[in-house]
Amino acid sequence: MATTRILEALGRLYIGLLLAFLYLPIIIMALMSFNVSPFYQLPFEWTTEWYASLWQNDQLIAATWNSLEIAVITTLTSVVLGSAASLALYRYEFRGKKVLQALLFPPIAIPWLITGTAMLIFFFGVGIGRGLFAILLGHVALALPYVIVVVSARLQTFAPELEEAARSLGANQWQVTVRVTLPWIMPGVIAGGLFAFAVSFDQFVVSYFLSTPGQTTLPVEIYAAIRKGFTPEINAVSTIIIVVSMALMLLTARFFKFGGEK
Amino acid sequence: MAVRGAVASRSGLRSALPLLAPAYLWLTVAIFLPLSAMVFFSFMTDLPLSGKPWAFTLGNYAAFFSQGLYLTLLLASLRLGLEVTLWCVVIGYPAAYVLAKVLRGRSREAIFLLVILPFWSNGLVRIFSWAMVLREGGILDTALNAVLPFRINIDLMYSYPAVIIGLVHSYVPYMVLTCYLTLQAIDDSLIEAGRSLGASRLQVLKRVIIPLSMPGLVAGAALIFVPVVGSFMEPRILGGRTGTFYGTVIEDQFVAVFNWPLGAALSFILLAVVLVILAVASPVLRRAA
Repeated sequence: MATTRILEALGRLYIGLLLAFLYLPIIIMALMSFNVSPFYQLPFEWTTEWYASLWQNDQLIAATWNSLEIAVITTLTSVVLGSAASLALYRYEFRGKKVLQALLFPPIAIPWLITGTAMLIFFFGVGIGRGLFAILLGHVALALPYVIVVVSARLQTFAPELEEAARSLGANQWQVTVRVTLPWIMPGVIAGGLFAFAVSFDQFVVSYFLSTPGQTTLPVEIYAAIRKGFTPEINAVSTIIIVVSMALMLLTARFFKFGGEK
Repeated sequence: MAVRGAVASRSGLRSALPLLAPAYLWLTVAIFLPLSAMVFFSFMTDLPLSGKPWAFTLGNYAAFFSQGLYLTLLLASLRLGLEVTLWCVVIGYPAAYVLAKVLRGRSREAIFLLVILPFWSNGLVRIFSWAMVLREGGILDTALNAVLPFRINIDLMYSYPAVIIGLVHSYVPYMVLTCYLTLQAIDDSLIEAGRSLGASRLQVLKRVIIPLSMPGLVAGAALIFVPVVGSFMEPRILGGRTGTFYGTVIEDQFVAVFNWPLGAALSFILLAVVLVILAVASPVLRRAA
């Protein structure tokens, strides 16, 4: 039918417009980070000056290292704790299990503004205070539910008979886990880890409330710089961040189908 | 969440506990205890730190209800949440439909990934990128004036529309994702049956497609509305002085004014509003899951 073909063409065009809306600002920001004019004036003249001056900015570099360190520790911690919890939720039946599963959603659903300010109050009250350790505590808690949800989703595809078979062949609990279960759920574990890294590395709100001037992360440093006034240097570092975080999620998509694609 | 307790109650809680305890202890220390502490502190006159005197009070909540400012700002934030959610439905739903029912195969997979990719990238940086587009002498201004025969001044930066644009840009992938999931599950034969029985395209959309994809719409709406009501960074960067909302006032209590108990009370009121919204949406959400 002709109408159908016209409607389908319009649909494709529409998706194209949506993608333009989603990506144009990012592309423009990236282009401007290579533009000579510090006030983003056209015509465009190529330079890498802003990237070069990034290396002179000790504050940004220190914040970048903090962000990376926290993201790596968050990833490792939440993957280990989260996978263990997912295994327990998969293997065993007990009272209150549904409550435990339901408890994973408040950390995801409650706005980070509320979680962040609550952490600030509590950490101050118990003497942990602010700083990198507090940020790490917070990031792991934010990442854990994502890891558990992703690993649990992978476990749903695991046949429990495999564990039974290994056990009947004489494997102990540890051997069953390491040799049979873990290899099967590995894509889920890797995807969960990448999610955890992204949650931590891109986290702004919670880090913002838990930072102190010397102990801060890259997004918090960028926010402070934006509020002081835009600079092409911030453009440059923002471009690097967005490229890294998108590359990370493309990698994640190799291990985890976001949308239940068949 | 589907619960498929695979190996039925082999040994229950005692075996599960060592595996569960670390994760849930961590969540308790860093999420659940802080949220409880926030409720507790919201009833105090001052933080009980360094020996400062403090007492229990309802004053922080009284401040919310007696000073019209906070209520006005909460309403402004709820309105912002509503507007952003509506725009996300208007923009996201058709896109989800095209993805689920028009595109096929590898191109569908690739475009779907492209749509949701920004959502998982850095939100702060994406908001910041709009500053370059919207400001006077920015890209939008330059581009429009190059095309149009007359001179117009586009300076959307630091305005309410700028905040809306930034937030819709941030959250529309969520709506596409949730609607796509429910739309994809609709059997094409249902649509064909409706058409062959004489229903027009519009009737099929109204009677079959929209009702069946309602859970996705509601899920998307809840997942967008809640964080937008609590947003503060987006209005700060794109709204400037016009960007004062409930979230920015909470931020101020903690980083500028240092009235933490009032901040805690304001946060808790927001949490209560959020929980009511999630509770209202949850029957539909559960049906979707």
